[in-house]
Amino acid sequence: MKKQLMMGNEAVARGLYEADCAAVFAYPGTPSTEITEFASEYDNITAEWSPNEKVALEAALGAATAGRRAFCAMKHVGLNVAADPLFTGAYIGVNAGLVIAVADDPGMFSSQNEQDTRRYAIAAKLPLLEPSDSAECKELTKLAFEISEKFDIPVILRLSTRVAHTRSQVELQEREIVAPKDYVKNDSKNVMIPAYARGRRVDLEKRLTALREYSETSGINKVFEGTGTGIIAAGTPFRYARESAPDGCGFLQLRMLNPFPDALANKFASEYDKTVVVEELDPVIEERCRIIGLNVVGRELFSGIGELSQRVIAEKLGGKAAEFVVSDEEIPPRPPLLCAGCPHRGVFYLLSKMKLIVSGDIGCYALGASAPLRAVDTTVCMGASVSGLHGMLKAKPELSDKAVAVIGDSTFIHSGITGLIDIVYNRSNATVIILDNRITGMTGHQNNPANGFDIHGNEAPAIDLEQLCRAVGVKRVVMCDPYDLVESEKVIKQELAAAEPSVIIMRRPCALLKNVEKRKPLTVDADKCKGCKKCTGLGCPAISFSDKKAAIDLFSCVGCGICADVCSFGAIERGDK
Amino acid sequence: MKKNVMIVGVGGQGTILASKLLGNVALAAGYDVKVSEVHGMSQRGGSVVTYVRYGDGIESPIITEGEADYILSFEQVEAVRYLANLKTYGTIVVSTATVAPAGVLTGSAIYPYGILERLEEKNKDIKIVKVDADGIAKSLNFIRSANMALLGAFAAASDFDKQLWLDAIAEQIKPQFLEVNVKAFEEGYQTAKKQ
Repeated sequence: MKKQLMMGNEAVARGLYEADCAAVFAYPGTPSTEITEFASEYDNITAEWSPNEKVALEAALGAATAGRRAFCAMKHVGLNVAADPLFTGAYIGVNAGLVIAVADDPGMFSSQNEQDTRRYAIAAKLPLLEPSDSAECKELTKLAFEISEKFDIPVILRLSTRVAHTRSQVELQEREIVAPKDYVKNDSKNVMIPAYARGRRVDLEKRLTALREYSETSGINKVFEGTGTGIIAAGTPFRYARESAPDGCGFLQLRMLNPFPDALANKFASEYDKTVVVEELDPVIEERCRIIGLNVVGRELFSGIGELSQRVIAEKLGGKAAEFVVSDEEIPPRPPLLCAGCPHRGVFYLLSKMKLIVSGDIGCYALGASAPLRAVDTTVCMGASVSGLHGMLKAKPELSDKAVAVIGDSTFIHSGITGLIDIVYNRSNATVIILDNRITGMTGHQNNPANGFDIHGNEAPAIDLEQLCRAVGVKRVVMCDPYDLVESEKVIKQELAAAEPSVIIMRRPCALLKNVEKRKPLTVDADKCKGCKKCTGLGCPAISFSDKKAAIDLFSCVGCGICADVCSFGAIERGDK
Repeated sequence: MKKNVMIVGVGGQGTILASKLLGNVALAAGYDVKVSEVHGMSQRGGSVVTYVRYGDGIESPIITEGEADYILSFEQVEAVRYLANLKTYGTIVVSTATVAPAGVLTGSAIYPYGILERLEEKNKDIKIVKVDADGIAKSLNFIRSANMALLGAFAAASDFDKQLWLDAIAEQIKPQFLEVNVKAFEEGYQTAKKQ
């Protein structure tokens, strides 16, 4: 069949199709998001956005238990959320195959940390496969289902940003239909009460022993013969090393890192004068090599921080690194910004102006932390804005009129609601602002349980956020339009002053959504403009400042009008007036 | 043979579409190809980079210092931001468009106008092909064709058969927008041929 270029994530989805996977569950998270989007385009796959990663993995476990091949995908930090079913899922195993794709983000292109999923596989006692390009993404996705069913265990497919978001050649194959497995009640396998879990604990070790034998002898881990230096690597670091290590090096490409092929690595190392481990993030391969008595070189050459590259490997292993020139110009930095017309901008402007402590969260609104707004005080993980504020107010109740939590609609559903329940139940006088832009924004516009559409864009039941907040016991729930700065400021002040918990739902769709009506662009009356720069303090990409006057770009302005509200001199005119 | 192209610009300018097209052209020409993108945060008006590598047996998906044969830049400052990645005798194909970064918008930084001319002056080994891609697009009354004009210029500076480009464009662009995009591509191509 014809070869075509596919992103790693697209190739995983193709692998799901060819392996006849029936059900896919995920919460969006860069760099894993596109797997589920591509999977949803295959008619024979049921794909859906789950409220969070824990739900996604539990649903996938359920689907596999019922007897159809199932899959879930998440970014590395999503696995923290899904860790509970992960560990016990290893004990239970599967009926039909279960594969869990987890995408790590070395270099933190779009993440809050650099955790290494391989540690999870070892801790949870699960097999972990790692592709190094798109062709392997498809191949190993399919193989993962076979391994899952053969050894009765969920399989982790570990990706990285470079594998997930690189297009490379993939040869398409036909789908192989897999007959559904019968569902048979098997309580000693599927009910993890202590009496049964003890039995499964012993059985898990037996399965791991068999998996180790597979890792050693099946050929999944590949040896490329050489002389002198032997290199052990996996994923894109293997590709970097292949490109720039000195000629003649031998390679052991680990495509199954857990269980580790001890004997294979031992034999490989014995054939070289020197063995080098090339890996990003934690020294997982290196540590295992040392445990089995191999004298390898790894971390002393390669930092565990950020990405590796062919250049770093060339420099450290005596290959040839290219010459280059640098510019002596001062290049102004270009950080990402909230978009023109972003409904979050006005809220952050107000919070900054009111000098409030802002307990922030994960999403586009993390950009509210950037200059010039710099409104956000903390960002930890999904949902931490709400529970973090609760903790602050428990420690210092006097902050109740000086601090707010800010969270998006999708993030609130993901794990903000539990924090809100805590606020009500344990009585902190918190003010929570939900920035409801009717979409999961930062990951590239995915529908969610609160916006009324499913993954295919078809109508779906929408959670009513207002009713939800009232149902958990918040009596003060206020709806507000974040484009109306005057009203927004009044509402925030009023709810901060209230003597009980409140939720403010700032509702306005993301300005990038196709169906959002654009208003006419605003203009600056140069005669009235005093050059005070109050409007440029909004950090709007449509507003610039030169020759001591503000100006608004006709093409990028979407007419939100916040700048007109901010201007003290009436110098900004709305296009519709 | 291995060729490395860095496609750089500002989030939202169409760098990903350009990298997709170049990747397909290289594949059609019979090469191994890797195209590496970064999604997420960088889409929001930040500086964006895509790596396209083609040739025989491409291993790494990324391009590091001194490795790029070409920098294809959608904006002036961005071309220079990634200069270190260019080979010391590489080629820059650049749109003369300027997009002010946040610091410039708020007046805390100054846009380094004339940056390409100064670069040309200081680095005689680097070839710079400048294209008024926005001007071409405006003359065609279709501002969104600017990236096609720039790609046309790149096509003229690189070594693929032009027909491969036209085929790749026809495959990727919706029929109702094809004609104007091909026109923009042709104008960019001719502009670069003259330089």
